Amino acid sequence: MTGPALRFEGRVWVVGNDINTDLILPIQAFYLPAEEQAKHVFSANRPDWAAQVCPGDILVGGRNFGMGSSRPAARSLKNLGLACLVAQSINGLFFRNCVNFAFPAIACPGLAEAFTEGERARVDIDAAEVFNLSRGTRLSATPVPPALRALISAGGVFPMLEREGSIAAQR
Amino acid sequence: MSEARKPPATARPHSGGMTIAEKILARRSGKSRVAPGDLVTVDVDTVILFDNNFMPNRWREILALNDPDRIIVVFDHRVPAPNAQVASAQRTGRAFVERFGIRRFHDVGAHQGISHQLVADHGYALPGSVLLCSDSHTCSAGVFNCLARGVGQPDIVLAAVKHETWFQVGETVRYTLTGQLPRAVTTKDAFLQIAGTHGDHATQNIEFGGPGIAALSISARKTLTTMAAELSAEFATFEPDPVMIDWVRARNPAPFEAVYPDADARYAAVRDVELSTLEPLVALPDSVIGNSRPVAEAAGIRIDQAFIGSCANGTLEDLTLAAQVVAGRQVAPGVRFIVTPGSQQIYRDALRSGVIAQLAEAGAVITPPTCGACGGGHLGALGPDETCITATTRNFKGRMGDPSARIFMASPVTVAASALTGLITDPREFLQ
Repeated sequence: MTGPALRFEGRVWVVGNDINTDLILPIQAFYLPAEEQAKHVFSANRPDWAAQVCPGDILVGGRNFGMGSSRPAARSLKNLGLACLVAQSINGLFFRNCVNFAFPAIACPGLAEAFTEGERARVDIDAAEVFNLSRGTRLSATPVPPALRALISAGGVFPMLEREGSIAAQR
Repeated sequence: MSEARKPPATARPHSGGMTIAEKILARRSGKSRVAPGDLVTVDVDTVILFDNNFMPNRWREILALNDPDRIIVVFDHRVPAPNAQVASAQRTGRAFVERFGIRRFHDVGAHQGISHQLVADHGYALPGSVLLCSDSHTCSAGVFNCLARGVGQPDIVLAAVKHETWFQVGETVRYTLTGQLPRAVTTKDAFLQIAGTHGDHATQNIEFGGPGIAALSISARKTLTTMAAELSAEFATFEPDPVMIDWVRARNPAPFEAVYPDADARYAAVRDVELSTLEPLVALPDSVIGNSRPVAEAAGIRIDQAFIGSCANGTLEDLTLAAQVVAGRQVAPGVRFIVTPGSQQIYRDALRSGVIAQLAEAGAVITPPTCGACGGGHLGALGPDETCITATTRNFKGRMGDPSARIFMASPVTVAASALTGLITDPREFLQ
């Protein structure tokens, strides 16, 4: 495998079950540039949260994280500076967007009650392990196939297509 | 907790038969078999791009395409363009079509429509094939025994360029339908029953079959596959039957090979749905996951808007059912009743059959075919604290406009009945 290791340590934010794409990327932000869209994450259910996120923070989700639309909501989480997502289960379309936009994400079925907001986590996607560093506990996660980890490490689909000359370089 | 909440399967040796999804994934990845947990690279037969893909905050200019004939371009989310930004994105899309000689292009005009409806109208989804579009309700085409799913922007650009993509094989949940739907009950209610009882199906495929499908039209079946997106399903497919095969053959001369599940296919769960026992349901605002109630429990809630449309409920059958409810009656004062046909073909058919006249005379506003208010884009967005009952795809908080608006989800029959009373209403008294 090439690229950086997918191992992250940081402070966690905890959200509930069934967090949907319209909460992450609301319709009000549809026309905004990608960087601006990130400021609207959770504006409907958790106003001002986006401004409190620090680079390297980790998002902990419940079941069925990211249900909903194809909109580039995973890109907003990445642009917000979050290091990665770990959730009990992740909507398949949302997970595809995570991988293809190179926002590291992993499902961890035993995650319920494993974190309280503000605790510190280590998420090791390469080893499929999640640690609560504040409590000294460890959970097994659902392994992400090596080819998908390599795609995340390499920056996702668009840099790959740029290198191949299939799409124009980003201006 | 239902079986749907079980953790996803990891790779396991698997000697039994395969489900429909597994068989198509195996066929299109050149393997003799696949099993849950496998990561496969799949040849993609059909790639659909739509207007949102060309928005400047998403689009990446494509310089080379392997096979333009696999690509379809549809303008559907915001048509006709509501503002200069969308008009500009559509110009980008037209230039793309021109540059690569895309032959199947649905611009504003005679062949306009919601992409998933056009797939049905034109037989674009061949049984046993793989189809991608970057709209989450692409699983709609599973009604044609096609492995279809919504993907993201990077995905769709990759598939357009190389006509390939990756899939991680999921477990399959099988729904066996039996019996016939009672009067004033539709497959939307069947969906709400499944969503309310079994919750999300994240990482799982859904397969529909059983003796109950024979009496369901393609339009009625399509509501179930379209709404599978709301269950977070990977793929949703119907078993092939003569009704479906005839539908595709009548619209597309290309050869295909439909795929049946193996008799010894392995399912994560097999669940029966007896259609005759269903009743009109409504999903309460913000989600359909575990949120369905008998209409009686929400009856009497005042509404500002009633909406019928989208890739889930914009068919001629849906509009005809709504017209049967409202014919000779009037929409309640203060209620906006908005009806959006799924395609221009449906609009024309509904004009000829008199359905449009019945709806309009009752007080409905008929919009051009578009995703429109379903995605909060235009033609019926909701203001602060408003209440809407909708026969569309999705009722997330903020979905159709202001986040304080409440969106109830129901069948077109229930929505039409509610438009007449101005209150959420059990439709059975209106549809004899």
